[in-house]
Amino acid sequence: MISIRNLSKIYPSRTGSGAAIALDDVSFEIQEKEFVSIVGKSGAGKTTLLKLILAEEAPTKGEVFFDGQNVHNLRKNQLPALRQRIGMIFQDYKLFSSKNTYENVAYVLEVIGAREDDIKRNVPEVLELVGLTDRAENFPSELSGGEKQRVAIARAFIHRPDVILADEPTGNLDPYNTSDIIKLLAKINKLGTTVVLSTHDKEVINGLGKRVITLDQGRIIRDEEKGRFVL
Amino acid sequence: MLISLKRTIKTGWKGFSRNMGLSFATIFVMIMVILMITFLYFLGPVSEILISDVKQKVDVSVYFKEDADEENIMKAKAEIAKMPDVKEVEYVSKEEALETFLNNHKGDSVLIESLTEVGYNPFLASLNIRAQEAFNYENITKLLDNNPFKYLIEKVDYNQRKPVIEKVYAFAAGINKTGIVLSVILAAIAGIIAFNTIRIAIHNSSEELSIMRLVGASNWFVRGPFLMQGMFIGFVSALIAFIIAFLSAYTINSKVGAVMNLNAFELFMKHAFRLLLIQIAVGIGLGAGSSLIAVRKYLKI
Repeated sequence: MISIRNLSKIYPSRTGSGAAIALDDVSFEIQEKEFVSIVGKSGAGKTTLLKLILAEEAPTKGEVFFDGQNVHNLRKNQLPALRQRIGMIFQDYKLFSSKNTYENVAYVLEVIGAREDDIKRNVPEVLELVGLTDRAENFPSELSGGEKQRVAIARAFIHRPDVILADEPTGNLDPYNTSDIIKLLAKINKLGTTVVLSTHDKEVINGLGKRVITLDQGRIIRDEEKGRFVL
Repeated sequence: MLISLKRTIKTGWKGFSRNMGLSFATIFVMIMVILMITFLYFLGPVSEILISDVKQKVDVSVYFKEDADEENIMKAKAEIAKMPDVKEVEYVSKEEALETFLNNHKGDSVLIESLTEVGYNPFLASLNIRAQEAFNYENITKLLDNNPFKYLIEKVDYNQRKPVIEKVYAFAAGINKTGIVLSVILAAIAGIIAFNTIRIAIHNSSEELSIMRLVGASNWFVRGPFLMQGMFIGFVSALIAFIIAFLSAYTINSKVGAVMNLNAFELFMKHAFRLLLIQIAVGIGLGAGSSLIAVRKYLKI
């Protein structure tokens, strides 16, 4: 489904004292309905990898194929269609501060042109799935970190994307909320959505028993089915 | 398509109502532009009314000698009426002329007294002639010179409408020119302010805009509401300008009516629907145009 081929990303140095290599010749495949964790220390290149899949940034070298289509060859006006097939979850949630929980989740359905009655039926269902039915009217500033992340998951999942990219979704959460979020992602994966989870949380990975790709200094040092967090 | 349009309108309205304070200056200047255009719109009909007022006036007055009898004067009237350039001939007898004078100078005791002093009716019988066109009274005077009843005529007065009409035309044209220049300047200012309002609105939502982009919102799904916001600014300005124009026409109606033969309110109401459409078109056009430039310049998706 997603094919990463010889992907490199180098950020040029602004001071001129050596460029930063975020990704260095990375290649792997992600199959449909797979749950893949990308692990590594901070700065290992996890976020850069997800940004490149979402075509938020352009690679220095290499290619990213999404269902056979090189995402970096897409024209600007073709990007929304690609992104509508991906649900992205960010460490800092990236919720619309001027919209309440319901509106944040409904926005994605509006973007894909869903009908009003479909939105009215779907949003409460997904809010129930993430346990936020009671918080539908609250704005992000009135929610806890765990609740915000659940809104972000609901938003990423509401339109049933082909794949969910979760960039350190538990980075700002306590262990209790972390476990909740991971369970949610596992549940979504069970429902048939491919999940790519980037994290540096050892406990999270070891409890999952799914495929783990370990990055170190921009290179893949391990890629194991039923992997563990080893660094 | 219809769903997206509805959503764009809804989001645009939200942006407009939430940024009301920011839109205030834009609305103010846009009202000025629309009112200026309204003024120019009415300049045409008002000067037409003024000119037709002038046209009602008599072109040539022929005064007959003291001893000319009415029978001869009536013959002359019939002759004059046959002239191709003459539209209308009206006979004013000595008595009628005196009466009109007395009526016109009711309060002026000095004039009335001096008239009594004279002891007889000094006014002459006359024919008031109106030409077909304001400009061909000259032909009439030429014809009068070569007529058989020339010996009856004491004097001929020309009421020169031509220069008055020309003055009204020139005045209206002058105001029109100045008005157009002023409108263009004001419209440019309004455009710049509207542009800036949308620019600030875009800047204020820059974080949300980047999120919209990442969740797959298309170019126009993001841009549309800002464009709509500019259109709302124009629409609201047009409505306010219409109300101001309506109230102004209502207020000045009696004052204008006292000075000239013009019913300002009636004129306004006659043109109200068309005017409203023009005002809305100008408002929305200006709002949409400037937001479109702002969106294209500052909202790169």
